[in-house]
Formats: sequence, C-alpha cells, structure tokens
Amino acid sequence: MLSRTADHLFWMARYMERAENTARILDVTYRLSLLPQSEAEVQTMWGGMLKIMELEDAFHVRHEAITPEAVLAFMIFDRENPGSIYRCLRATRENAHAVRGTLTSELWETSNETWLKMRDFTLAKMMESGPGAFFEWVKYRSHLSRGVTIGTMLQDESLRFIRLGTFLERADNTARILEVKYLNLLPGSEDDVHTADYYQWSALLHSVSAFEVYRRVYRDQITPLRVAELLVLRADMPRSLARSMKEVYSNLSRLSNVRSAETERLAGELESHLHFGRIESIFEGGFRQYLENFRDRIFDLGCRISDDFLIPTTAES
Amino acid sequence: MAITKFFNEMTADDGSVRAHYAAYAAWLSDTPADRIARKRAEADSLFHRFGITFAVYGEESGTERLIPFDIIPRIIPAKEWSDLEAGLRQRVKALNSFIHDIYHDQEILKAGHIPAEQVLNNAQYRPEMQGVNVPCDIYAHIAGVDVVRAGAGEFYVLEDNLRVPSGVSYMLEDRRMMMRLFPELFARHRVAPVEHYPDMLLHTLRSVAPVGVTDPTVVVMTPGAYNSAYFEHAFLAQQMGVELVEGQDLFVREDQVFMRTTQGPRRVDVIYRRVDDDFLDPQAFRKDSMIGVPGLLNAYRAGRVTLSNAIGTGVADDKSIYPYVPEMIRFYLGEEPILNNVPTYMCRKPEDLAYTLAHLSELVVKEVHGAGGYGMLVGPASTKEEIATFRKYLVANPEKYIAQPTLALSNCPTFVESGVAPRHLDLRPFVLSGTEVQMVPGGLTRVALRDGSLVVNSSQGGGTKDTWVLEA
Repeated sequence: MLSRTADHLFWMARYMERAENTARILDVTYRLSLLPQSEAEVQTMWGGMLKIMELEDAFHVRHEAITPEAVLAFMIFDRENPGSIYRCLRATRENAHAVRGTLTSELWETSNETWLKMRDFTLAKMMESGPGAFFEWVKYRSHLSRGVTIGTMLQDESLRFIRLGTFLERADNTARILEVKYLNLLPGSEDDVHTADYYQWSALLHSVSAFEVYRRVYRDQITPLRVAELLVLRADMPRSLARSMKEVYSNLSRLSNVRSAETERLAGELESHLHFGRIESIFEGGFRQYLENFRDRIFDLGCRISDDFLIPTTAES
Repeated sequence: MAITKFFNEMTADDGSVRAHYAAYAAWLSDTPADRIARKRAEADSLFHRFGITFAVYGEESGTERLIPFDIIPRIIPAKEWSDLEAGLRQRVKALNSFIHDIYHDQEILKAGHIPAEQVLNNAQYRPEMQGVNVPCDIYAHIAGVDVVRAGAGEFYVLEDNLRVPSGVSYMLEDRRMMMRLFPELFARHRVAPVEHYPDMLLHTLRSVAPVGVTDPTVVVMTPGAYNSAYFEHAFLAQQMGVELVEGQDLFVREDQVFMRTTQGPRRVDVIYRRVDDDFLDPQAFRKDSMIGVPGLLNAYRAGRVTLSNAIGTGVADDKSIYPYVPEMIRFYLGEEPILNNVPTYMCRKPEDLAYTLAHLSELVVKEVHGAGGYGMLVGPASTKEEIATFRKYLVANPEKYIAQPTLALSNCPTFVESGVAPRHLDLRPFVLSGTEVQMVPGGLTRVALRDGSLVVNSSQGGGTKDTWVLEA
C-alpha cells in the first residue's frame, strides 16, 4: 500500500478516536463540575483537564477566565484549537477524503456525514439539549465508524493501519483520562473512600464506559487501586492500556517490514510490562509518573511508526 | 437572427409525446408532485452524504458543491444510439491515426490536407513525442466526445476531448441514483446498463501496458484531493481496485517508475493520469509543477511505462484542428464521416475573420485553446457591450479564435424552480481505445439550467441527467 495512503488511514483513525476520547474527558469533567463544591474547585478541575490535554496556554490566549462554558466552547467548537472536537472531526474527514478510494463507501459516507452534522452544531444549540447529548452523539459516531470499519473493510494492510491508529491513540487518551482524575484525587487507603470521592471515581468509570464492567469484575466497593488496575492492566477491558497495547502490538507485527524490527520490539516490551505488571508496584513508583512515562513511550512509538511506514521512502532506499 | 425553434427530446412539433418517451411521460403525469419533490430532496441529501461533489477552490473543506442532478432522464432510442456509436468509433479511430501520423511520418501534412504550420506551431504539439512508439499506436485511450442535437434532430460533434476528459463518474452515479430513487422505472423500460464502465476501462488500460509486461500494475494519478475532479479520480481508482497516486507517491529510477509503499518501492506499468501534460514532469515541462514526477517523460519515451492518455494528444482536440476531422476520416479510413461537424470560421483567415466580425451577434466565438465554457461569446445571448469587448479581442488576436453558427441545441423537460421547463442539453459519450474500441451505451448528459442558456458546463451552473439508451 502507498505510504501516503497508510499515513492518511492511520491519522483518520487517530483523529476519530481522539474526538471520542475528548468527548469522554469533557463529559466526565462536566459531570464532576455539577457536584456540590466551591467555584474555585470547579475552576481547578477544568484547569487540570486543560493542562493534561496540553492546551492550557492555548486556552488562555483565547479566554481570560476558566468557566465551564468557555472551556466547552474552546474544546468543542474552536476552529483555532487543533485539539477541539470540531478540528478532530474535520481532520478525520479530510484524511478519509484523501483516501476515499481505499475506504469502503460506507466508511467514507460515515465519516463525511459525521462532519456534515458537526458543522451544523453550535454552542447554543448544544447547551440547549445539554452537553451530555452532544458527547453521546460524538461517541456513537465513533462507535459507528469503528463498526463500519470492522464490518466492511477487507482485512488487509489498510485495516491494520486503521486499527493501529485507533489503539495507539486510545492508549494515549486513556492515560490522559486517568491523569485528569489522579491529579486531584490522590488515592488513599483502600477502605477509605469518602462519599464525595465515590462520585468522582464512578464518574471516571462512566467516562470510559467501565462502571458496569467494574461491578462485574470486582463485585465490590469502588477503590482507587482497583480502578487503576482495571484501566491499566486488565487486558479484557476494551479501553485499558493493556488492551490498547495488545492491539497495537498485534497489528504492528502483522505490518512488519524491513525497517520496523526495533519498533515492534519496543511495542512488544511495553505490552509485556502491562501483561505481567502489578498495580501495587506501579503505585509504589508513583502513578502519575508512570502515566507520564507511558505517554512518552506512546509518543515515541508514533514517531517510529511514521519513520518506518508512513514517510515515503526515497528513491535511494 | 433569432432562434425560435428547438428540437424537443420528449415531444414532437405537433405536441405529441415521442414514442421512446411515452412510458416515462405517462409515469411522470401519474406520479404525485409531492412524491417527486420528496425524491428530489432525497437525491440532494444522498449526493451530499456520498460526497459526490466538485471542490470549490478557497472554501472550507466539506463545502464542495453539488452538481445539480435532474430526475427526468434523457432517453435515446436504440437505432439512434447505434448510428451515433458507429460515428463516434469512426471519429476516435481517425483521431488516433492522426496523432500517430503527426508524431511519425506526417503523411496527412505531406498530402496537403492540413496546413503543416497549423499542427507544428500549435502549442499542443509536443516535439518530445516525435518518433516515440506507444503500445498499439493508440494515444487517446479515453476520449469524451461532446455531441449535440440541433435543427431537426441531427447530431453534431461539438468538441473532441482527448486529453483528460472528465464526467464519467457522474454518468455512473446518476444511474445509481435513478435506480435507487425510481426502481419501478427500470422495470418499465429496457435501459441499457452502464455500470461495467470501470471494468472496461481497466481492461483498456491493461491492454496498453508496455510490451513484455504480462500482469501490469495500473494506477490512477490525481493532482490531489483539492482538485475539482478529485471525486472522479478517487471513484475510478476505487471501482477499478487500483491505487490512487499523487506525483509525490511516484519516483523514477533507471527509467522505471515506482510507487512508494509501506513495503518499499513497487513498479508501476500503466498510469491513468488525470494531470495535464504541462504538469507531468518538472524536468521536461513546467519547472514549477509540484504535482508531477521528475524523470517521467524519459521513462515514458523509453517505453517502460504507459501514460494514458498519451502525451501530446491535445494536438488533435484543439479547436483549430477540429475543422479538419472529417478530412482525417476520409484520409485514414477511406470512409465518409458519419457524424456532422459544426461549420467553423477560423479567424486566422482574413475572410473568416471578416465574416465573423460582421455576424458577431449570431455566432458563438470560442478561444482556440479554451475549455470549460470560459472565454467564449454566445452572440445571440450577449449584450452590445460584451460583443464590443469581444470584437476588440478578435481584432487584436484573430488566430486565437474560431467562430461557429449558434446551434439551436435540443432541449428536454427539466425540473427548475418554476416547475418543469425545457432546458438545453448536450451529451458526452466516452470512447475507450486499446486493443479494441469499446463504449458503454449513452454517456453523460449535461443540461444548462438557466433559461435560454446554451452553456452546459458544471463550472457555469450546468447540471446533469441520467442518460438512457433503450434496448431494441
């Protein structure tokens, strides 16, 4: 397959996944901001989210004060903000457009239709029916896009680059979602969960569609350690770091070319750490440290995949 | 000269419905207006969702415009089509022979049928092609010949498009849309299918692969996603199951073309290029081309890759060469032309210029190298000021213009804001030439949506209709 085509497929999938996870992060932050608390606390929460999305400075260029409405406007509709859902869906569609001949018609139409609908949304319209409904819409469009991908695309290289993009992005994004929470929720002892905290943790679980899963897996109280274990180490949890890395590794190893051996090794190494890791030892070294380090390694993998597969080889190579 | 009477595709002069439109006209009058309105709205939203659009430069992505689609088909009876088809095959065969001759022995010039300077001084003549042999001696593998009906219904060829003719994707999508919206109509009519066009195209492209290549790799080459015809490029690549490449995806090493893939370089044998000659190779043609492939011309001249269409076909579809096509048919095929040419005044000739200047308000004046409906004057539809401006252009550069009588283009009932009204149309059938000449029945029907307009180009607000050739 053309390197350029692979590049567009990879980024098409990454931007769709990013749009979905941005909706998830905004959703959980919005829900938490509705809990009884002081205005300062609410501001800290939104500020923390912007920080983890690495968009704090960009936000302050555009807005003075952190208010829920300003952050939502910035993170959803702002055309100047490359991380806004608007921009993610536009980039998804632009990448799909560039390779529409490689996609099935259904997949192209899904992405095109998502973008056409997104253009019709406005902040006022969204606030009227509640941001929750909008976030739901973004998630469902992403679900649909993934379902159409799996349900219609030939299982060849193109599908693998799409899947690779999806899971590399998800690994990064789930780590960020965890960071947002662990920023102001320092896990205490296992049996000491306050009522207020309970809502915080359950909101986090809801944001990654893991609330029911948690109940089923642990059949017990919600504790920070288990939440972390579920979202980091449980490979049967579809949005966990372990599951994402398993998918990254297996798709990557099937795409293998003459240059990619080291990239595969690094992905495999990261995957096996998650496979054999224990949450207690991760916490001992500091959870936030761990997540930051994990995201650095995901970033590095992304660069390597680009170099190995996506940047056109020169005439000399 | 005011034009008063037009040939109507659906109804005869006495007001009766023509036989081949009878079933359709009955259906149309039986179908409630609100159902039609619903279907028309559905067609619009489907075209948007499918992204069957052409890009509008300088606007935000996703604001591509739709080419208006009209649900009243243009119907052609079997016998008319078979005559037309024979004429088109004849014409394209002669044109390919002409291009081959021009780039080899130039017999037709030696025989004095066409003034040599008309050909050799033409900007579309490519000296780089002189003496180069191409597979099957075929240059224009894909030809889109614009045909109109005028007068009492006879066909005229308006223009031979032999460079990168577009529009075939709309022909296919219009059919898909009609079958989706009105399946019952296809049960009532024996409409000749067109859906196998991509298959035929692939077959044609494979048949002209470089000598010795048994399982050729075919690609479609596009200027990129922002080109106005990008939808068509992507569509054809997808339908044929071949890669859609841009110039940056290709490179030439030792006269062999390769594409850059995730598994390293892969050889390319046939390039269906939708890029103009000028932009193909910055080493040979325009140096500033960002969409070409350095070294492509050398690989091509060495016979290591087939370009489709060949370089230099423009020498045969130029408006200054057009008047000589009937002569080509007689010269190369020893046959009389089946299709009419429109009488053409070549303004480089003093007597033709004088006639043109004296009859500007009746004539259509076109730029010799113009395309897309730009830079033309439709005399009867123009103001005194427009005519005066054009007069200045003509006097300053007469060799840049030709003039033709304003044809009374046929019209066909079409949905417009005020209801159903007759609008003028043309037809672009596509002729594929490889080891054999092939066509699907029909082509793309374009319709001028503005009342009285004779310009059907989509860039000038034209629309399209599904074209039905009825089987006998």
